[in-house]
Amino acid sequence: MRILVIEDDRDAADYLVKAFREVGHVADAAHDGEDGLAMALDGQYDVLIVDRMLPKRDGLSLIGALRDKGIETPALILSALGQVDDRVKGLRAGGDDYLPKPYSFSELLARVEVLARRRGGRSEETVLRVGDLELDRLSHEVRRGTEAISLQPREFRLLEYLMQHAGQVVTRTMLLENVWDYHFDPQTNVIDVHISRLRSKIDKGFSQPLLHTIRGAGYMIRDGAR
Amino acid sequence: MTALGKLFRTTAFKLTLVYLTVFALFGAFLLGYFALNTRRLITEQITDTVNAEITGLAEQYRLGGIRRLVLVVDARARRPSSSLYLVTTFNGEALAGNVTALAPGILDNPGWTETVYRRLDESEGPDHPEHEALVRVFQLPGGFHLLVGRDLDERERLYHIVLAAGRWSIAIVIVLGLAGGLFVTRRVLRRVDAMTETTRTIMGGDLSGRLPVAGSGDEIDRLAVNLNVMLERIEALMRGLKEVSDNIAHDLKTPLTRLRNRCEQALRISGSDAEYRAALEATIEESDNLIATFNALLMIARAESGQAREDMKEFDAAEIAHDICELYEPLAEEKGIALKVVANTAAPVTGNRELVSQALANLVDNAIKYAEPPTPAMNGTRPEIVVHALSEGDRILLTVADRGPGIPAADRGRAVERFVRLEQSRSQPGSGLGLSLAAAVARLHGGELSLEDNKPGLKSIIALPRGGPLQKAG
Repeated sequence: MRILVIEDDRDAADYLVKAFREVGHVADAAHDGEDGLAMALDGQYDVLIVDRMLPKRDGLSLIGALRDKGIETPALILSALGQVDDRVKGLRAGGDDYLPKPYSFSELLARVEVLARRRGGRSEETVLRVGDLELDRLSHEVRRGTEAISLQPREFRLLEYLMQHAGQVVTRTMLLENVWDYHFDPQTNVIDVHISRLRSKIDKGFSQPLLHTIRGAGYMIRDGAR
Repeated sequence: MTALGKLFRTTAFKLTLVYLTVFALFGAFLLGYFALNTRRLITEQITDTVNAEITGLAEQYRLGGIRRLVLVVDARARRPSSSLYLVTTFNGEALAGNVTALAPGILDNPGWTETVYRRLDESEGPDHPEHEALVRVFQLPGGFHLLVGRDLDERERLYHIVLAAGRWSIAIVIVLGLAGGLFVTRRVLRRVDAMTETTRTIMGGDLSGRLPVAGSGDEIDRLAVNLNVMLERIEALMRGLKEVSDNIAHDLKTPLTRLRNRCEQALRISGSDAEYRAALEATIEESDNLIATFNALLMIARAESGQAREDMKEFDAAEIAHDICELYEPLAEEKGIALKVVANTAAPVTGNRELVSQALANLVDNAIKYAEPPTPAMNGTRPEIVVHALSEGDRILLTVADRGPGIPAADRGRAVERFVRLEQSRSQPGSGLGLSLAAAVARLHGGELSLEDNKPGLKSIIALPRGGPLQKAG
């Protein structure tokens, strides 16, 4: 995956580039808005990481200029202003995701991977499958092998989101944002309890667990047999 | 500026001057009108009586000739009154009457004239000036002239009395008005000066000063009361700020110190990779907690500064109660607590959905955190936490009632303040900002957070103003 980091703090940019390379991605850095725009216009990148406050051209106008030129490379906005309305402003300006500073790299990585995958053009499949687990988005039926599993509506949406991103790390904040539509920190790790409940429904009694905890990052659903 | 200059510059004094001018002009107009009309009325009366007398005397002349007329006029002229009579021959020789020294040529012009005259019984000389009179000359058949008139002194005297009264009363109005204006202005000025004085001390840094309130309930009092409320709020904010800085020193420095110690220790030991790793992970966890605390602080600051007001929308608080309980229910169950929600009717609120959700989440989180786990004595029943969303009058109440240890009445006010963590909660994780944030969110929406005794346990109530009717889709 090719990632462009547009960030004026050179230390932070270098750190990100190095970290992305370590996990096997190709990453470049631009240090101001104009350079960033020029590089992004090549369209060679799968994901852009854009700091909101940049010299020469700020992050939001950079994304706006890209979108005006018809370049739809997914962009994740990084901002020191971590408030709800800033987030809304960022998304309205054409950003695809928003992460307030300070962030953990694992959170950023998980989000970037989801963004890049989304670009691959996920067809809106009606039946999601991971191993022998099957989720029908129309009839709202879930079964593992031959066994039907009954889920609460929220559990269904949780599983649906995990399965849509099968094989990808999904963080707790991503779950809170996408399944519950909350953008605050609920202090206690409520998500963990929801996951363990879901896990007891889909994994209990099966030799092959599908729902995995990724330490220090979040969760991932994947077919371990593959 | 001199004291007098200050006085003249006040709005009250300027208004006094304007009103005074208006009233004086109006008074002068009224009195002038009155004086002129009085004069006109008297003149009319005079002409009426003179006309009647001439008609009567002409009748006497017609009936008894000049002799009878002379007799009658003579008799009337002797009576002391302001009536004037004169009968002359065609060449001006007086036959009877009580006037002389008429302006020349008067008798040749029949009709009305104003003239000077002197009564016959008055002697000549500068002591007895000529009087003015309104007279009518009537031509009798046979060449005789009949003159009847009235002295005008009375009319002029009355006219002058009215004018003098007018002048005096206007002078009095002006003097009294000015005095009243000065009095009122000085009173206002004194109070404003007192307020200015207090404001100066407050500006000097003594925020405990309050503006004097006279208790009369007038506009200055209302202003003072409002300003005092504002000062109270500012003082509370400043106190809050000071407490925050004190508490930041404590609550942020403590974990920062811990963080630093841990790093130092990790450097000192020559441990295995696993040990370094563990130290680093602990460091990251510690810094995450710090970030969470900072975020909560920023959130409170934002809610209190009112910035989040831009995102106000209509939403149903009952829905929020359901959603938050759904989010926390598994956590409660894990601790052996039953989390119930009672929210059946729509509870419309205009506000920031995210912030209200977070406020309620904080209360539920607290309730679960401090709940006592079920004891064997409870025979399998679980302690309950009940979340209510109900509308009461023009308010929407979101309440969280638990059966935990509660908060002593004396500490409830303090518990809502920033960073305050009561003694028994020191051991619990958390930034100590949950209740403060809930309180700030409630205030942002024009409501309040209150803590009550649930007997036993704690009942936290977020009261919000009721919003407009919800527009249900479909």
